[in-house]
Amino acid sequence: MTLPALQQLLQDVGGVDAVGVEERVAKYATRSIKKESKVFGLKLAASMVDLTTLEGQDTPGKVASLCQKALHPHHLGETPRVAAVCVYPSMVRHAKPLVEGSGIKVASVATAFPSGQAPLATRLAEVRAAVQDGADEIDMVINRGAFLSGELNLVADEIAQVVEACGESTLKVILEVSELGTYDHIRAASFLAMRTIRPGDFIKTSTGKTSGNATLANNQVMLDAIRDHYLATGIEIGMKPAGGIKTAKQALHFLVAVKETLGDAWLTNSRYRFGASSLLNDLLRQLETQRTGSYQAPWSFTENAGSY
Amino acid sequence: MPARKSKSQARELLFGDLWEFDPAPESAPAHIDERYRLFINGKYVAPKSRKYFDTISPRNGRKLSEIAEANEADVDAAYSAAAKAFPKWSALPGKERGKYLFRIARLLQDRSREFAVAETLDGGKPIKESRDFDLPMAAAHFFYHAGWADKLDFVAPGRTLKPLGVVGQVIPWNFPLLMLAWKLAPALATGNTVVIKPAETTSVTALKFASILQDAGLPPGVVNFVTGAGETGAAVVNHPTAAKIAFTGSTGVGKLIQRSLAGTGKRLTLELGGKAANIVFEDAPIDQAVEGIINGIFFNQGHVCCAGSRLLVQENIATDFIARLKRRLAVLRVGDPLDKNTDVGAINSKEQLGKIRELVDAGIAQGAEIHQPSCKLPRKGFYFPPTLFTGVSQSQRIAREEIFGPVLSVLTFRTPDEAVEKANNTCYGLSAGVWTDKGSRILNMASSLKAGVVWANTYNKFDPSSPFGGYKESGFGREGGKHGLLDYAQLD
Repeated sequence: MTLPALQQLLQDVGGVDAVGVEERVAKYATRSIKKESKVFGLKLAASMVDLTTLEGQDTPGKVASLCQKALHPHHLGETPRVAAVCVYPSMVRHAKPLVEGSGIKVASVATAFPSGQAPLATRLAEVRAAVQDGADEIDMVINRGAFLSGELNLVADEIAQVVEACGESTLKVILEVSELGTYDHIRAASFLAMRTIRPGDFIKTSTGKTSGNATLANNQVMLDAIRDHYLATGIEIGMKPAGGIKTAKQALHFLVAVKETLGDAWLTNSRYRFGASSLLNDLLRQLETQRTGSYQAPWSFTENAGSY
Repeated sequence: MPARKSKSQARELLFGDLWEFDPAPESAPAHIDERYRLFINGKYVAPKSRKYFDTISPRNGRKLSEIAEANEADVDAAYSAAAKAFPKWSALPGKERGKYLFRIARLLQDRSREFAVAETLDGGKPIKESRDFDLPMAAAHFFYHAGWADKLDFVAPGRTLKPLGVVGQVIPWNFPLLMLAWKLAPALATGNTVVIKPAETTSVTALKFASILQDAGLPPGVVNFVTGAGETGAAVVNHPTAAKIAFTGSTGVGKLIQRSLAGTGKRLTLELGGKAANIVFEDAPIDQAVEGIINGIFFNQGHVCCAGSRLLVQENIATDFIARLKRRLAVLRVGDPLDKNTDVGAINSKEQLGKIRELVDAGIAQGAEIHQPSCKLPRKGFYFPPTLFTGVSQSQRIAREEIFGPVLSVLTFRTPDEAVEKANNTCYGLSAGVWTDKGSRILNMASSLKAGVVWANTYNKFDPSSPFGGYKESGFGREGGKHGLLDYAQLD
């Protein structure tokens, strides 16, 4: 007898107890990060930011100012540059020349972000166009409808075709955890994606466009999945929580989770990212506080990145 | 191939020092006096014995304070004070007694940071535990029983609840303040007066707590603290005025107490040792079970009578499960209990450290395989690394005797029946844990396990409204809830 696909996957990868995982992550939030270790954590977090603008009102000008912020986060101090700027496909060609050669990547959401509800051909064409325009990284959304109705092969096939369309570009697979409903589903979807993507690709929590975003708990479920996948196959998958991480303190708690779940090898922006925009200024604010000993006025940090 | 069933252990994760945390010591002052006298009849008084003994801080082995040693005459004075206070206290309307308890609870909350630091300095438990568990729970017990004080008529409808008289209480060193709250709150709510003896290694917070009783305006003599070691305890237990003895501590001492009380007509409740089985089935949510096992044994350095010190894991998942446990052990932070990031603190006393070492040596000698993560322990003070024993069998000492330290013995089972048989194959019966995704199996296991508390898919959860106590040599009587109340009253 063969079980329905989703049930089979759930049995295969094992379940998650909601109370238990939330209790586990509550411990991260009690870690007290001080002094040098705080500066290290803040700088590390800043280097992992995918500085993002994903608005209907985005213009080449807005994207240009986002890129400038990415290149020069703060006029004082030694702040590391962010990992990437993340924009809509139509903005890739405006962003690319501005950051080229700086080491900052251009990431683009594609595949009819955020709903993914467009024909596959359209989604793939969008990916190819973004890559053509110079996107180093593609953030795709999975077909949640297909996942929830149990059509896992369809979900996996679509991811595989996006992988192909990406060519050399890194892929980040957005599970949109708030639409999956349970931690069991988040774990199952993580495996479904990880078994299709390449080493060095990412799985990502959310689009930032729904009510539920990254939390320490869904981050933990995905980190656990990445660890299990790595230990079973040797394939290193990256992780990107996105949306809702606004403060430096939150970011440090997420990094503690990485440190205690995946260890030192994942404490780098090639394995871990934050999809965020307002986070960067809070990281800068805390870094300046550590450097100068006092909080700086809000207007001493440039506000070039709106959105989530 | 499912990831969790992988046999390949060649790949490992590196939990190194790329991002080391700086020390984050809790800095609030603990306000610990150089010397503590006895607290009798509402006042701090010098002991008639004229003797004091040192209390040592296990985090560095240094003297923390001096504690008065109560002799028989001191204990007698305490009982006289309690007996004198009893008629008025027991005659107070319940709601008036409740007001005192509410006041005590609030004062304890007000000073919780100070008390948390004192508890950690005196006992060695991590500050995050005394701050987030011991203090809030202690206050919760006073609040809960304050609520009962004016509702005693409704505990057993149609019958009257009467206090017993003067109650003698002896409490352990693992949760000094919390055990004090467990003992005092129900006794006071039901109208008894109390002579209480804290453990000799951890008397500081109890004697600090006496000042809260003063601030709350509790009538003199209602609660009296006598401090000292075994002899003082014997004097408390054997005093003829005591109507009831409540003891929490080792099974050995519990048996001595029960023997000495035989024929005296004194009531007795005992909360003694344990060797709890934490049972993990093949269908359990694995990572959360790992977390629960870790929490079950390393909470308070394993100085917990209900600690899940025996892991029973289903054989077909044992290899993977043990690998996960070891990985989790690697990121436990062991060290100065005053550091806010410390997960496992100091062993309560040199004596206890010696006992743990002896049993661990016995485990090695009897052929169990030991695993300890590489962790730097502080040079001074009493510390023991979190320890895992695999390949343990039922007949080994580490599977039978209570270690009362951060040591987990791992055994395996094949079927649910075997799990029940092994779990119950102990002289103890305080607690157990069941980890499975099957609700029906949880219910079935809960009714088959001979343990006072069975936790399902969680461990070490407490609430003042939930009765706690044991089977077999783990003792009798319940603390908390309505049942706990009845152990401090007689029903007419």
